[in-house]
Amino acid sequence: MRIGDAKQSYEADEAIWTSSTQKVWFSLFLVGLLVFPFMADAYLLYLGCMVGIAVISTTGLNILTGFTGLISLGQAGFMGVGGYTVAWLSMNTALPFPITLLLAGLLAAAVGILVGLPSLRVKGLYLAIATLAASVFLHFIFAEWESVTGGMGGLSLDPAHLFGLTFQSDFAMYFIIVPLAVLMVFGATNIFRTRTGRAFIAIRDRDISAEILGINLLRYKLMSFALSSFYAGVAGGLFAYFYRVVTPESFPLSMSIFYLAAVIVGGMGNLLGGILGAAFMTLIPEALKLLTAALTPFYPNAPIFMSPMLEIIFGALIVGFLIFEPHGLAEIWHRIRRFFSLWPFKN
Amino acid sequence: MSSILEINNLSLSFGGVKALQDVSFRVPENTVTTVIGPNGAGKTSLFNCISGFYKPQQGTIHYQGKALAGTKPPVRAAMGLARTFQNIALFRGMTVLDNIKLGAHVHMQSGLLGALAYFGAARREEMAVREHVERHIIDFLEIDHIRRQPVASLSYGLQKRVELARALAMRPKVLMLDEPVAGMNREEKEDMARFILDIREEWGVTVLMVEHDMGMVMDISDHIAVLNFGQVITEGPPAEVQNNPEVIEAYLGTSDMDSLRRKLNQEREVA
Repeated sequence: MRIGDAKQSYEADEAIWTSSTQKVWFSLFLVGLLVFPFMADAYLLYLGCMVGIAVISTTGLNILTGFTGLISLGQAGFMGVGGYTVAWLSMNTALPFPITLLLAGLLAAAVGILVGLPSLRVKGLYLAIATLAASVFLHFIFAEWESVTGGMGGLSLDPAHLFGLTFQSDFAMYFIIVPLAVLMVFGATNIFRTRTGRAFIAIRDRDISAEILGINLLRYKLMSFALSSFYAGVAGGLFAYFYRVVTPESFPLSMSIFYLAAVIVGGMGNLLGGILGAAFMTLIPEALKLLTAALTPFYPNAPIFMSPMLEIIFGALIVGFLIFEPHGLAEIWHRIRRFFSLWPFKN
Repeated sequence: MSSILEINNLSLSFGGVKALQDVSFRVPENTVTTVIGPNGAGKTSLFNCISGFYKPQQGTIHYQGKALAGTKPPVRAAMGLARTFQNIALFRGMTVLDNIKLGAHVHMQSGLLGALAYFGAARREEMAVREHVERHIIDFLEIDHIRRQPVASLSYGLQKRVELARALAMRPKVLMLDEPVAGMNREEKEDMARFILDIREEWGVTVLMVEHDMGMVMDISDHIAVLNFGQVITEGPPAEVQNNPEVIEAYLGTSDMDSLRRKLNQEREVA
């Protein structure tokens, strides 16, 4: 039961965390994130980094698709722009990673603005096709502009560095990826406490009345595209630093669909949903593999039987969530919270 | 009395349908001016022209002496033209409070970077808007008990009230209300009529309204324009309009058999 959280000022009322219980839980979560790499083995550490990158990119796509209502299939392309920017900069300059990641984000944002230009005229499926075309076009550039992108062979790059420190291992990369993910989700949360975020949601809900209420549609749609691609660019840059190689096949179309699925499964227009969706989409295939391994001692045929089934089970899980939890994973979380905020007096 | 809004010879057609034909009337400053007329008379089309959503083929709209042609809807909003919609157009994904705050959008400056950091000017601006909205709008319209609720969960009457609140957050000079009391019960209508009169008197806002409820229209309007088939039949104070034979005919038909016969003959000739 939550009591005693009456507010004395509007400032306190509009804070992200409005009760001390929330602050305590969030602090514990941050401590958990900090301790995790010291406890985890190489495999878990790898997964942690993957989830971190996925959270950044999903949050970006959530801003565009979940909050502004513009469906995009270009996310992998924007991540590619970021990845190649970081790779090229690391080969041709000695810039430290905060600068290269920032430039990767900015270049991706610029490309995002270009791709977003048709969004004033087309919406829904038409926009999805327009962004799909852009992503095919970007893929073509990655493969063919050999002097910059290295063609089909791609580019390999040096590890990220800052002040003479190099970040070579997964352990070191974790301390770049996860703090950045927390920071960027925090930034996105702030957006939706201000007029910019409200304008995005207004465009999603009713674009015509949004315009009559004084929102410049083109400006805010492009801003949403820029912001979303900035997130994708940074995620792509981290991806490049993590694998230290980028090829055109690092950013396939299926990756765009992966992120769109993460947004939908998590909960469109819900930042927490994006995080949960990113974790779900990254971890479930791995969990299914672990399950297969665990079954092998009892059923020696499990790998033969399970490995072709993994994709099907994964797909069935997604469909199941869409049917039984149409508002996404975030809704489950909200139900749990509602239960405990009244517990034990009402259930 | 000077006019804040002047509409001259406005014509709008969609293909062969003439929604507005040569419409001229004026909205005197600081009055409640009402546009009435049967369904399909072109009232909402007129509102959409003033908002900038439709572009009339002919005619001009002057607001505070300035021609509005070519001005985009968001700019018109910033100039002080606010409106509500006939079929409620609230943003369903937001709470009541966020919907109202959205109305203040044009009076805020914060950009993307300020929003990301929620720091300094951006934060102060949000707080100033919150305070303004709470003190002057939520309090005034008596909707403090629902401010945290998502708008989709509200009753029709309350949704209309939230829409009015959002329009007030735009700090309008001219407030356009498209059927503000349609579908409301008597009590809700009385509340709304009181709010409209208070808005005019206390805020000094000019109200331009489309409404079908004749009781309310005659009670609170200072000036009435009557539209029928896209044309202004008459305009003037309520008492005058009420007794105008053309208005009675447009609304009720006529009891004069001779005029009815004349009309039928005319139509036959045309056909």
